[in-house]
Amino acid sequence: MAIILEHVEYKYSEGTPMETDALHDVNLEIQDGEFIGLIGHTGSGKSTLIQHLNGLMRATSGDIRYNGSSIYAEGFSMKELRSKVGLVFQYPEHQLFEVDVFTDVCFGPKNQGLSKEETEERAKEALSLVGIGESYYKKSPFELSGGEKRRVAIAGVLAMKPEVLILDEPTAGLDPKGRDEILGQVVRLHREQGMTVILVSHSMEDVAKYVDRIMVMNHGELVFNDMPKAVFAHYKELEQMGLAAPQVTYIAHALKDAGFPMKTDVITVEEAEEAILCTLGKEREK
Amino acid sequence: MGIIKTKNLVYNYIKRDEEEKIEEVSEAVKNVSLDIKEGEFVAVLGHNGSGKSTLAKHMNALLLPTEGTIWIGGKDSLEEDNLWDIRQTAGMVFQNPDNQIIASVVEEDVGFGPENIGVPTDEIWKRVDECLKAVGMSAYRTHSPNRLSGGQKQRVAIAGVMAMEPKCIVLDEPTAMLDPNGRREVIRTVMELNEKKGITVILITHYMEEVIHADRIIVMDEGEIVMEGAPEEIFSRVEELKKYRLDVPQVTELAYELRKKGVPMRPCILTVEEFVTEIMDTYRKHSE
Amino acid sequence: MMRDITLGQYYPVQSPVHKLDPRTKLFGTLVLIAALFAADNLFCYILAAVFLFGTIRLSRVPVKHIVKGLKPVIFLLLFSVVFNLFLTSGEVLVQFWVFKITREGLSRSGMMAVRLIFLVMGTSLLTFTTTPNQLTDGLERSLRFLKVVRVPVHEIAMMMSIALRFIPILVEETDKIMKAQMARGADFESGGLIKKAKAMIPLLVPLFISAFRRASDLAMAMEARCYHGGEGRTKMKPLRYAAGDRAAYLVLLGFLLCIILLKIFL
Repeated sequence: MAIILEHVEYKYSEGTPMETDALHDVNLEIQDGEFIGLIGHTGSGKSTLIQHLNGLMRATSGDIRYNGSSIYAEGFSMKELRSKVGLVFQYPEHQLFEVDVFTDVCFGPKNQGLSKEETEERAKEALSLVGIGESYYKKSPFELSGGEKRRVAIAGVLAMKPEVLILDEPTAGLDPKGRDEILGQVVRLHREQGMTVILVSHSMEDVAKYVDRIMVMNHGELVFNDMPKAVFAHYKELEQMGLAAPQVTYIAHALKDAGFPMKTDVITVEEAEEAILCTLGKEREK
Repeated sequence: MGIIKTKNLVYNYIKRDEEEKIEEVSEAVKNVSLDIKEGEFVAVLGHNGSGKSTLAKHMNALLLPTEGTIWIGGKDSLEEDNLWDIRQTAGMVFQNPDNQIIASVVEEDVGFGPENIGVPTDEIWKRVDECLKAVGMSAYRTHSPNRLSGGQKQRVAIAGVMAMEPKCIVLDEPTAMLDPNGRREVIRTVMELNEKKGITVILITHYMEEVIHADRIIVMDEGEIVMEGAPEEIFSRVEELKKYRLDVPQVTELAYELRKKGVPMRPCILTVEEFVTEIMDTYRKHSE
Repeated sequence: MMRDITLGQYYPVQSPVHKLDPRTKLFGTLVLIAALFAADNLFCYILAAVFLFGTIRLSRVPVKHIVKGLKPVIFLLLFSVVFNLFLTSGEVLVQFWVFKITREGLSRSGMMAVRLIFLVMGTSLLTFTTTPNQLTDGLERSLRFLKVVRVPVHEIAMMMSIALRFIPILVEETDKIMKAQMARGADFESGGLIKKAKAMIPLLVPLFISAFRRASDLAMAMEARCYHGGEGRTKMKPLRYAAGDRAAYLVLLGFLLCIILLKIFL
């Protein structure tokens, strides 16, 4: 099972000069159970790309296949695709609308046409996945803190039991505490539920810490599609695209340039620590 | 007395039910006393709900203390006659760049503040020119704000505040909704205003890498000031910062971890350069 | 989608008409409207046409662009033409079944069509050559006399200009919320009227909440920048009449006079 994009193009209609978001010949594959990071500066086409994955936007040319069948084929149900590929938009709490938390989370499964019992079952499950306890069920979504609201909104998508979860900057505007909570939940969903996750993020540190593979978008093109270490090795090219590598990668390069023998493909604090200790240890032994 | 001084400042949010009866009182700011000198760059850190935004709104008299006093430019905010003086002394930039730009053209928005305080037309134009230049947005003066990036919008908002010629500018999480490039733009602009024009800056944020150049850092938690000092001092207390759920820059964390493992290091490293110097010292000693 | 609305949008070119004071243009539009309603013979219409197309020419806005603005009123136009064509009594020219077309009907519906077309073209020329801000400024200044009867002219003008600033933001937001709800399986297209109306709730509630949040943020930001109503306020771009405006007023008065003379003597 996979999502496959072949020569996907998207052109905005004329008369929208402010839009730079478009796609040019995007080819990629997303396998089951992967944890993918999608990065690119604002307007690089990453938002356009993820909206193609669940059929909210339609490619001007090219094909997208979900589990082998083209989503543009006649008779393919977009509604079903949208429940299989869950998309959590930026600031998802802005779409909450029901009188209480529980009813709001029920919205998705209800739209899927599930029975009342099943809908409520799903909502309970989804809320527990994001760590929202029963004491919150009857609260108005607007009484919650920023981080809690966002988790409820994510539960709203999870309740549809998607196979693939796409999150567009799920931590934007949150403080470090809220950020860690959300990312922790996402990692758990990936590990424990085996969910395929695509994380759109501006934080290279977060991406380096969690994902198996990074896709980099620039001017509507997919420029890198590789393991994090391999992508961050191109830190100079990334900078030209308005992106960067994690700070520790810069430390490693700076140390090496200063004459400190160490490997430079470190992307997390732990790796950097290990590499530096290793070099220092060797020196001491001499 | 400094440009902003508070004494035992307390602010309570009061929630009332439909019959105006008090339902719940939550203390957002508890007994805060601080003194900010003119020209200082002060950063206020703390997670959401720590009371930092509530404190910031007192500096512009958008909120008035429940107990205690705050003086802005020597003026007590509880005295109604001081209101407009205070707002001209301390300008305020908010989090959401879209929700603080009033006009449909960049230059007209920058002119909005001076118009309100009755500055003559010629003088408004002079100020608008100057302020747009100071934030590097002169090229966009006739653009619509809707077509700007988040970082550009915040710079316009800063210019709009600067045009009122305040002595002090309070920024309430100005970068929370921006991407990394936008964040850098805004912080660079703010630092320049502080250095070149001597504007007092109070920057409220939860991004630690933005505050390493501040003169002083204040950490708030549960409405109280829990840490206060120069960046070197604050960042050397990594454990404590983590307790308040704040992040340290990777370089500081790495230095801290290495020090724990017995690598000789100064207690506080804030930049990659400092880090490299320290490690190279150790390395040379080892290889000698 | 909704981003493509072009009706009455500012057309940014440099021209003598663009440079005019908004008050002059408001007055000009009023004169044109008055002239069109007063016109009752061919010469009046010819004069109005000369005036209108002359101004369009001066404004450097392509006629094609203005004609495009007629699209939304096409239904109204057809309706009034058909109505006048069949329901005016007089000398019968053609007759089939119960419908008859009269000479009077023909000329009346023709005049009606021209009148409507000129009206829409004239008013859209105003918005094509005047930015929304200038327009509100012009209205505020022109209607200042209403303050005497306690109409909050400044506040209304401020509200209008803020609304103009936030419309594109709210349009974009609507689009975003709609997509987000569609990702949760919402269906905005199918079903009957009631189902469709019900489907709007997940869109409208978040939209209203967001609008209120923005309004309260904006109010705070305005207060922080010392906004306290129109009292003691100066203007960055005060309205000033220039030589062009004086000339325009002369032309307008001349035009109005000619129309009146034509109406009386023909």
